[in-house]
Amino acid sequence: MAGLTDRPFPPGRYELVVVGSGPGALQLTYSLRRLGIDHAVISRDDSPGGMFRKWPIFQRMLSWTKPYADQERGTSAYQRYDWNSLLGDDEETRAIMPSVMDGTSYFPSRPEMERGLVTFAERAKLQVRYGCEWLSTKRLDDGEFALETSDGEYRARTVVFAVGVAQPWRPKVLNLEGVQEYGQLRPIETYRDRRVFIVGKQNSGFEIATGLLPWARQIVLSSPSPAQLSVQTHSLVGVRARYVQPYEDWALAGGVVILDASIESVERDGPVFHVTTKSAHEDRPRHFAVDDVIAATGFTCPLRDLADIGVATFGQSRLPAQTPFWESATVPGIYFAGTINQGAQGLRKHGIPSNSGAVQGYRYNARCLARHIAEKRFGAVPMRTPMGADEVIPFLLAEASRGPELWNQRSYLAQVVSFRDGEIFREGIQPLAHFVDDEHGPDAVAITLESNGHDDPYPTAYVRRRGQTLRERSLAPDPLLDFEGPSYQRELGAALEPLLDPNLTRVAT
Amino acid sequence: MQVRQDVVDILSGFALFADLSTPELENIVQTFGEVYFAEGERVIRQGLTATGFYVIVEGGAIISVGGKERASLRPGDFFGEISCLLGEPPTADIIARQALRCLVLPPAAVEEFLVANPHVMYRVLQGEARKLRTTTRWLG
Repeated sequence: MAGLTDRPFPPGRYELVVVGSGPGALQLTYSLRRLGIDHAVISRDDSPGGMFRKWPIFQRMLSWTKPYADQERGTSAYQRYDWNSLLGDDEETRAIMPSVMDGTSYFPSRPEMERGLVTFAERAKLQVRYGCEWLSTKRLDDGEFALETSDGEYRARTVVFAVGVAQPWRPKVLNLEGVQEYGQLRPIETYRDRRVFIVGKQNSGFEIATGLLPWARQIVLSSPSPAQLSVQTHSLVGVRARYVQPYEDWALAGGVVILDASIESVERDGPVFHVTTKSAHEDRPRHFAVDDVIAATGFTCPLRDLADIGVATFGQSRLPAQTPFWESATVPGIYFAGTINQGAQGLRKHGIPSNSGAVQGYRYNARCLARHIAEKRFGAVPMRTPMGADEVIPFLLAEASRGPELWNQRSYLAQVVSFRDGEIFREGIQPLAHFVDDEHGPDAVAITLESNGHDDPYPTAYVRRRGQTLRERSLAPDPLLDFEGPSYQRELGAALEPLLDPNLTRVAT
Repeated sequence: MQVRQDVVDILSGFALFADLSTPELENIVQTFGEVYFAEGERVIRQGLTATGFYVIVEGGAIISVGGKERASLRPGDFFGEISCLLGEPPTADIIARQALRCLVLPPAAVEEFLVANPHVMYRVLQGEARKLRTTTRWLG
């Protein structure tokens, strides 16, 4: 690994600059290199790993890696069970995470996650200019961007920011000296026998509460809306099972208090904080005297001055608004990778967001983005593989059963097969939102895996034929998650009738 | 999580939420997700299932049926509710006329939300009555 003494990519002009060295940036630079796209990578950190070198504060990831699974380690199908490894094209860069974990948990510890990323970067010989901090941005008249950094100025026609969504955010009512936030907590033993008020009922709030359970005298968690649990939403929306213990403590009246109330005020009187809450369901406010107030109220993107050059953002996290291919919706040439990809929301079918906020989702976005940048910004010829008519249905059903992109990015990434001038091609993975709105695209079918929040996942096919409205066909769920049987072949065959001859041996005319 | 006050302030000016207290508005901001669409982007698509109930916070949109523009929408207007209530795909495209910020509620959460907020349900019913009146005029 290149260290501070061996620093590539000195300031200057490059066609493409990637900012960051977390998993999103590492996956992107790896995928760009594999496509032969020259670019520079800069990062303010001094080694790979991004936020995993300091967070999560209670040591273990929320994403699992199963060392033993129903698919052989290193195969693409195994990625469904390994949410943390980056994606390599050769044996030594594949499925690294299970090989660096000690087996005590299938949630990697923070050091294990960092070790996995460093190992990937070393084995893939990724080059990053570490210790080079992006400071400010200009949009030049010639369409290029100028990045001022701690090492000097970089210029590029295309810039990808993979700088995370890890800057704690707190509302004005919590802007008070002494109010702590995620990442600023004291050593855990200093909360011994104290009354702690946590503002926020998402994973970060419940993570802190879980860590404090053996120490604090009382824990109160409060936010206006009821907590959701992932085991109820059947998605990553809601508090993950690992952090549900405070919830059970509250449900069994063990001492933890969980309130659906907003914070009216926080005042400090010496060592004591006075917190006033107001609930939509109660006439009177409630008052709490506590020793610690912790803001677990979310995170924002550290986008510095990108808004000043026209990058539109939205929501509490100030995520940049993005096209389906993760380009700024308002400043062409600026792209995003990593967890910021949450700003490209896709179709949000059934209200379920993508997994772009986690490694298991955005690693596929990065691979897809590398290909898109290669084609759109560097003129690379689109890669598509010819296939026979009789291969189409088995291929699509196999993808629905085992394709890792479809499993990890449900209703967000799709496997696409096109029908062009009597020939059939595998187009590869595309964002579903791009496919359904690509009115000028060729006749094609996209298959995804879909979750609706209560049933088992099921495949959905989207059939596009020029001059006709896009058709959507969801297939039945299967409790064993195997979609390759005869009934699925028949059902998908019927959905593809506009594109394939009924005997499935040739393109429909 | 505490909510962003600027969104609460905007919602307090909408007829749809005119009967709600500040804590109730904060609950709405936290219960709904916030989404952004660039000019020309489709928000919901004719024929595609499982979209959501949207309330426009900022910007504007058009209702398009079969490629023909039928009406326009502005801040405070809502859409997608018919598809959610009937469990059927939308019968129109909604397209951002300009940069568009919306709050959105998943289809499965709409019933619980409306039942828990009867004043909002009444306002939604008023909106449906206006749509029915407009449709009747078209047919006439």
